[in-house]
Amino acid sequence: MIAALTTPYVAWWALVPLITFAVAGFLLLTVASLVRRLPAVLAPAWTAVAGLGVLLYLVPMWSRVGRDGADSFLAGTVGVDRSSIFVTGILAVAVIAAALISRDYLPREDLPGVELYVLLLMSAAGGVVMASANDLIVLFLGLEILSIAVYVLAALHLRRIESQEAALKYFLLGAFSSAFLLYGIALVYGATGSTNMVRISAFLAQNVLVDDAMLLAGLGLLLVGLGFKVAVVPFHAWTPDVYQGAPTPVVAWMAAGVKAAGFAALMRVFVLTLGTYVSDWRPAFQVIAAATVLAGAVVAVVQTDVKRMLAYSSIVHAGFILVGLQAATDRGNSSVLAYLAVYAFLTVGSFAVVTVVSGTGDASHGLDAYRGMGRRHPALAGVFTVLLLGQAGIPFTGGFVVKLGVLAAAVDGGAYWLAGVAMLAAAVAAFVYLRLLVAMYLEEVPSGTETSGAVPLGALVVAVASAVIVLVVGLVPGPLLDLARDAVPVLVAG
Amino acid sequence: MVDLIWLVPALPLGGFIVLIFCGRRIGEPFAGWLATGVMAGSFIATVAVFLDMAGRSAHDRRAVVTLFEWIPAGDLSVDVGFLVDPLSLTMCLFITGVGALIHLYSVGYMHGDAGFPRFFAYLNLFTFAMLMLVLGDNLLLTFLGWEGVGACSYMLISFWFTEPANATAGKKAFVTNRIGDWGFMVAMFATFFTFGSLNYVDVLDASEAGTVAQTTATLIAVMLLVGAVGKSAQFPLYLWLPDAMAGPTPVSALIHAATMVTSGVYLLTRVNPVIADAAGWVPDLIAWLGVGTALFAATIAMAQTDIKKVLAYSTISQLGYMFLAVGSGAYVAAVFHMVTHAFFKALLFLGSGSVIHGMDGDQDMRHYGGLRRFMPVTAGTFVVGWLAIAGVPPFSGFWSKDEILAFAWNKSPALWFVGLLTAVLTAFYMTRLMAMTFSGESRYADERPGEEDGGAAALRADHTPHESPRTMTAPLVVLAGLAMVAGFVQLPFSSSTKWLEHWLEPSLYSNEVHLGIGGGTQFLLAAIAVVGGVVGIGVAVAVYVKARVDRGLFEQAIFADAWRIDRSVARFMGGPGRQGFDATNRFDERVVDGAVFGVADVVRRLAGLGRLFHSGMVRTYASGIGVGAVALITWFLVRSTL
Repeated sequence: MIAALTTPYVAWWALVPLITFAVAGFLLLTVASLVRRLPAVLAPAWTAVAGLGVLLYLVPMWSRVGRDGADSFLAGTVGVDRSSIFVTGILAVAVIAAALISRDYLPREDLPGVELYVLLLMSAAGGVVMASANDLIVLFLGLEILSIAVYVLAALHLRRIESQEAALKYFLLGAFSSAFLLYGIALVYGATGSTNMVRISAFLAQNVLVDDAMLLAGLGLLLVGLGFKVAVVPFHAWTPDVYQGAPTPVVAWMAAGVKAAGFAALMRVFVLTLGTYVSDWRPAFQVIAAATVLAGAVVAVVQTDVKRMLAYSSIVHAGFILVGLQAATDRGNSSVLAYLAVYAFLTVGSFAVVTVVSGTGDASHGLDAYRGMGRRHPALAGVFTVLLLGQAGIPFTGGFVVKLGVLAAAVDGGAYWLAGVAMLAAAVAAFVYLRLLVAMYLEEVPSGTETSGAVPLGALVVAVASAVIVLVVGLVPGPLLDLARDAVPVLVAG
Repeated sequence: MVDLIWLVPALPLGGFIVLIFCGRRIGEPFAGWLATGVMAGSFIATVAVFLDMAGRSAHDRRAVVTLFEWIPAGDLSVDVGFLVDPLSLTMCLFITGVGALIHLYSVGYMHGDAGFPRFFAYLNLFTFAMLMLVLGDNLLLTFLGWEGVGACSYMLISFWFTEPANATAGKKAFVTNRIGDWGFMVAMFATFFTFGSLNYVDVLDASEAGTVAQTTATLIAVMLLVGAVGKSAQFPLYLWLPDAMAGPTPVSALIHAATMVTSGVYLLTRVNPVIADAAGWVPDLIAWLGVGTALFAATIAMAQTDIKKVLAYSTISQLGYMFLAVGSGAYVAAVFHMVTHAFFKALLFLGSGSVIHGMDGDQDMRHYGGLRRFMPVTAGTFVVGWLAIAGVPPFSGFWSKDEILAFAWNKSPALWFVGLLTAVLTAFYMTRLMAMTFSGESRYADERPGEEDGGAAALRADHTPHESPRTMTAPLVVLAGLAMVAGFVQLPFSSSTKWLEHWLEPSLYSNEVHLGIGGGTQFLLAAIAVVGGVVGIGVAVAVYVKARVDRGLFEQAIFADAWRIDRSVARFMGGPGRQGFDATNRFDERVVDGAVFGVADVVRRLAGLGRLFHSGMVRTYASGIGVGAVALITWFLVRSTL
């Protein structure tokens, strides 16, 4: 008698976004290697449609999870809850935006086409895995799928030596930090006897460890690995170099997509899985958050390269998100998700503008390139103004709403000093954005700069749409905050 | 039908958006017709909601229509929602109705102006903000509308901003209104701390249930009064309204007579349970402030020569009556007078605009005279407005003013007496305006000694005054009809003729004072008021038509100079005030800026240090990660039970 082979339960409906990204990537790669001359518009359109399809599919998925509750499958290693759907949505938006920006970027830079889109889709698939991992190993798998694609993406500008340098640095440091992460997973496994997050959290809830040194050391190493991905002090040093060197559309993806996946992972690991040890890790998170917002804001002030400025500003944002995360409450989590969503729009919009301004060669990122932009490109400058004000957190922009959210979550948890430090850093960081605004509107066009031509459609659509969304969220924050509130992450056993 | 309420503000907003973006392409006159069309649509929507509401029983006549959650911030949750009840609907009816007429009028009045589409865009935006003010279901939304109408008012006062005086007038309105807005904001904070909500329904129901301490209610009421005094141009914050006449005349009619300036009265009526809970001296204060302002402004109106200034002071005076009504607990009478005043004062302003239009921009009444021959429609409709404001029965102003005076007598005969005196003066100065403008000899082509004329008299002789186009006279005729009959919605004869009172009942939480005087007394008071009005008219006729009395007796220099208050304020602001501002500025430069620059310096130095770390070397970065890892692990091991 042959015993029936038991296959694990698979909730296929919950895997559709992941499969869509992965299959779209593979198909694109296959078709591109078979057909010699593909129309240039196919790859970006394909990628954007895949992203859009995922985004649309998330709507019924959202209501299904709302009705039936969160689920876990594949032997409890992958979960689906509303927070993972929310983050997948952010990833889809970032994919669409990066594809649209790349549409005009690649021909301008005379770079061969399809690989960028394939890698983008692969990387997004990795991000989805990270956001819905219920097992530390699966989480690590997602992280590597995401990261390896991004290392290659960073090197994609063949003729810019800075691009190669950025990719190599990112890769070396990424490999270095992955080792910490893996070691951390191993130690946590050693202490709890499982890599499954549900089982770890159940174990820790039921048992009091007599000797928790191994677990806590593992916890510290996990924080190193994930802290590197989201670029918080002191694991942030690669950010400015990599942002400066990597092709600008790729930077948009790194800043919006990779960061969202990284914070989703941090939330799942620390808040959900290791929530019982919150009193141990919260002080570390607080110190890191404070150091991150301060260091990012202060060093941003002396930058002269706009991409580096935005890199430091993304570090400040990461610190802010950590301010919400350390609260480890439902309110904190929803503030983190809302922040990630608005930040994604702010950052893809900003890098869309940067792509346009950088000109052929992706080289002019100095402040000079922005001087007098208010007169040369009033529409683009206007959109950039909205995005910069949003990044600064000026009222009536989405940036204000979400900054308020994380600060409120921190204050709610009694972390007054941290909220104070964050506000101080926000004030310092505002200088950076205002400086760009001053350059655009109040400074004369330096003689000799050629007036750039028409703004490419893809980047324009991304920039305008982002600015509009940032404004709408600023004026009517209710709907987004409701979504983020409903997107509370949970761990359920399969 | 009530769900349609969102259309009421949405239509003007849509008009504004279309006009601000493609107004120049639409151009004249279609921009004006579009703006008028959306107002008419808004009016129709209001009427539809009104008909639905009017058919319901009293306790059913209140609905909250929530569009979406606007600010969910912790304990504070503010929705964008509309409170549809008799009070807000009454306001909406005359805002959209009179508003549509004034839009129509402006099509003719603004003809040929370079800023024609911009004017209508602002006008639509104003109406939107005004409707949000009255429809908002919470204080914050009302405040948003409050600031919105203010902003539109400043933009429209200084519409012809190339003239420095107009720009200054706009600035003055802005600064004066700040004081009032401060009061509103304090009231809002106090309300939130007391009730934990800004929604009218919560606040008013809680207040009506008597759960509020008297001192708290007093604070909120007084602060809202400060806001109302600023917006409704009562003493001492009235200073901006006469200067606001620098704007185009339709603006004066819509904003500075019919709608915006009444929002203070609306606000106080809206929060009537809070005023009822406040200390007893608060209503007394409101009543005396109102009646005092009414008399004060009436004396000034007696001696003005600019036709719009007369009407401006008259508006302040009439608003004083409404405050008197609120202070006397006669909320129905306040709303009643607000409605009739909207009709007859809009009529008078539009009529004056027609006159100014016909006189080619001249606003000095000394140059008018005998205009009834040139502009019969304007003159005819003006007569209706004049009789209405002078309190001659059966015109609308008589009924509303009479009701206020009856309640004033009920509160204190002294209030009644001051109110009566004001009524006499009102009849006098309006008759004076009529006589100087429409009767007697034509003076438009006279030589004007003492003026730099330069042959302008000859030019003027060629340019005879003319009647205004149809688009301007049609609204005058409609408003004249309304000013005639509007009084019949609230007749004092029996309970069944007090239609407005029954309609408003659900908004007033039975805080309406009951008149403790008999019908006989009421009739006697009305008769005295009529006689007073006739005396005022008679004296003015004797002075200005028959010229039997020297006009200098009434046109005292101190009246013409508005009791020298404006000038004293200006002198104070120019002298000690200026020094104070300079001192603040110096403090700002030395201490505040010094601190800012100091911080910037420190940041720059720190950044220089931080930059050292970003050497571009992978080994430096890796060592950063390594040091961070060691620090973290050390921390966690210290925390462990090791």
